Amino acid sequence: MFLMRILKNDRGGQVFLLVLLAVVIAVPILNGLPADHPLYLSTYTVTLLGKYLTYALLAVAVDLVWGYLGILSLGHAAFFALGGYAMGMYLMRQIGERGVYGNPELPDFMVFLNWQELPWFWSGFDQFWFAALMVFLVPGLLAFVFGWLAFRSRVTGVYLSIITQALTYALMLAFFRNEMGFGGNNGLTDFKDILGFSLQSDSTRLGLFIASGIALGFGYLACRALVKSRLGRVAVAIRDTEDRTRFIGYKVEHVKLAIFTFSAMLAGLAGALYVPQVGIINPGEFAPLNSIEVVIWVAIGGRATLYGAVLGAIGVNYAKTWFTAAFPEIWLFALGGLFVLVTLLLPRGVAGLWRRRGAD
Amino acid sequence: MMLRTVVTTLFVCLLFPLTAAAAAIETGDARLDAAFEQILDRDFDVKATGVAALAASDHPKTSELLRGLLEGRLRYIKKLKRPVWMQEQDGKERAIDAIDGKPLGEFSKRKFKKFPINNAMRGQIRGLVAAMELSNPDVGVRLSAVNNLLENSEPEHAELFARLLEKESNPEVREAMQSGMAVARLSDPDPAVRSAAISEVADSLAQPVRNRLTRMAAEDADPTVRGEAQLTLQKIEERVTFYGHIETLFFGLSAGSVLVLAAIGLAITFGVMGVINMAHGELIMLGAYTTYVIQQLMPDMLGLSIVLSIPAAFIVSGLMGIAIERGVIRFLYGRPLETLLATFGVSLILQQLVRTLISPQNVPVSNPEFLSGLWQINGVLALTYNRLYIFVFCLLVFAGLFMVLKYTRLGLEVRAVSQNRGMARAMGVRSARVDALTFGLGSGIAGIAGVALSQLTNVGPNLGQAYIVDSFMVVVFGGVGNLWGTLIGGLSLGIANKIMEPWAGAVLAKILVLVFIILFIQKRPRGLFPQKGRAAEG
Repeated sequence: MFLMRILKNDRGGQVFLLVLLAVVIAVPILNGLPADHPLYLSTYTVTLLGKYLTYALLAVAVDLVWGYLGILSLGHAAFFALGGYAMGMYLMRQIGERGVYGNPELPDFMVFLNWQELPWFWSGFDQFWFAALMVFLVPGLLAFVFGWLAFRSRVTGVYLSIITQALTYALMLAFFRNEMGFGGNNGLTDFKDILGFSLQSDSTRLGLFIASGIALGFGYLACRALVKSRLGRVAVAIRDTEDRTRFIGYKVEHVKLAIFTFSAMLAGLAGALYVPQVGIINPGEFAPLNSIEVVIWVAIGGRATLYGAVLGAIGVNYAKTWFTAAFPEIWLFALGGLFVLVTLLLPRGVAGLWRRRGAD
Repeated sequence: MMLRTVVTTLFVCLLFPLTAAAAAIETGDARLDAAFEQILDRDFDVKATGVAALAASDHPKTSELLRGLLEGRLRYIKKLKRPVWMQEQDGKERAIDAIDGKPLGEFSKRKFKKFPINNAMRGQIRGLVAAMELSNPDVGVRLSAVNNLLENSEPEHAELFARLLEKESNPEVREAMQSGMAVARLSDPDPAVRSAAISEVADSLAQPVRNRLTRMAAEDADPTVRGEAQLTLQKIEERVTFYGHIETLFFGLSAGSVLVLAAIGLAITFGVMGVINMAHGELIMLGAYTTYVIQQLMPDMLGLSIVLSIPAAFIVSGLMGIAIERGVIRFLYGRPLETLLATFGVSLILQQLVRTLISPQNVPVSNPEFLSGLWQINGVLALTYNRLYIFVFCLLVFAGLFMVLKYTRLGLEVRAVSQNRGMARAMGVRSARVDALTFGLGSGIAGIAGVALSQLTNVGPNLGQAYIVDSFMVVVFGGVGNLWGTLIGGLSLGIANKIMEPWAGAVLAKILVLVFIILFIQKRPRGLFPQKGRAAEG
């Protein structure tokens, strides 16, 4: 009933959810086929698809604040990376004595740096439930504090974009420092297992792929529900004319803060699913370029549609995988060209094309 | 002494008659021969007299020979009875006659006999060499000789300096000698002389003076002198700290100048036109690469190539800016977020263009002569020329840009369009042309910044990215649409960075500055110098 209500008038969303469901069911079956079967899907491809799904979830989070709230965040990769680091810390603690130095308590890089004991902010990360909580809490808290400061003093538009970029840039510099206790330049890597399942085994990778699919599906539904609710309609009003909404009597700051924080948590979840699949998290994930890339996925897919964000994320990343393998030189030209052409010629993205035709 | 020498010589002769006989050196100059013979004696007192005799001989090579002795390069070959320089060439040792400079051919390494000397003699020789160099006609040699003497000062140097001061005419050397005299007196046995010397050196900042005073403040035999030393030392240390602060300020100003240079073009495009140009960093990079290309074209004229690079970079980056404005930005006026994305795309394309056309690696850009070196102001304060020039250059660029905006037709039109586009058009300003030219101007300034940066950092495809966040911070911090804000904002951020660096480290200082700006924007969303009046509402 609830599903019917929020997906009414959302043809794209309905199609997307059906396709997602089909993929999540089909991929394990195709992966289970014998290796010489023409439809066989290698575990490598499964992991790649899983990675795309986490990117798609990140893009949905960005679309929520950009498409429906008018906040162009150039720092969402920071929330993604923080979620990733929270998961990485859990995975790091699971290595235990199997590290290069065989220290049961300290991760390798701390032994290497001659640290004697675990820093206080690492305590608790040996428990999965605690790490899972932190995946949401850390990005959420950062977004809450940052948003509270920014929205309260009415920093909007381009200024907000630039200070979100400064935020992720500052975090990148901070995480590059060895003294921070997050592995510095090398980040966290060399993970062994998650919840007792080996990360190298095919079944764990399949499980992570399915988890990513489910997370994306529920993330999408949650965003859709939010957008269809009264809160979502106020958000759109804020996007279109912030002052008028404020004069009518809505607490603009509270609405923005709530949605921004929610979006950051979603990005954190995406990061947490991303890390076990790629097997590493390092400060490079905070790079301002990453955040801007996410924005372009959304722009290409079509902002304020949510499913467009998914489309853009998967499409651009598929192109990236293909280009960087076939013509590594051309990839940045292609990406740069996409930025220019999409903003100039396709202001409503690929989803916009489709919708216009539907309206005719 | 004489008796002892005779006894020793006899003793040596009795034991090693052959050695003594064969060790004689024949240079053709009787005084040199006698001196060398004494130097080869086994008794160090005799050796010392020999060294003194060598120094006293007016032979033109004396100073060179003493130096060779000190550094162990001067050897002698027994068979030839000549002092020689040992030179290694292609793994073989060749002998060069030390007196007339003639090559004597190859010898096995064992044939080169050393003149054995000890540390006391090294000190003596150093003093003798310095004393000789003190009357060298070259000012630089004299100055460094005085400073050498300051390092291991002895009471008798006071007399030496006093004698030399009568002849010395160069003020710089005179000053050094006077402080040398005072330092020498600091170790005088008479407490009164020491105390007078302390008040003489009170103005000095030289390291040897400070070392000596520190020692005196701790262990001088006379309590009053000790007290005076402590007091003077404290005053000197205060001044040293003061100059340390000035140095930090200077470093901050030069770091700030870099920020201002990088941001000032952005202040035009973002501040005046309201266009977010994420490709600004790449326009800086193009300027740096222009410098590189021009240096490649004229490798022999470094200084000229830098001067030529300034207009060339302005033109290259300016034209690229106009192309970006005409090709992309003009379709997106009034949609700042889209402009941001499109220009970001342009920046990626420019980066990859440089990687493909030139090289993905950093390219070497050399510094011309006049940009390297130090300006030594006093004992503790030295400013590097490249940082000094960058500060001056930044002020010049700022002044130039300010003049253009204030006193030219273009500047007037730019201000008119930025304040009220519709009204400006109604008055006959061709706003599209003004937009393109303004954007070209801002981009050209970015190119000039690139020339300056090429002298300070590595030139590579990522050069621009490193500065884009900083540049935006400076403009936003200073206040959009205000050139003065950019100047003050950039310089103060640079200074803040350098003040924090010693205790926080470079990276943490940068993070703290970023966090500070983020918090500052919360407090004053329109920056340090907000625009007032109607322009502010646009």
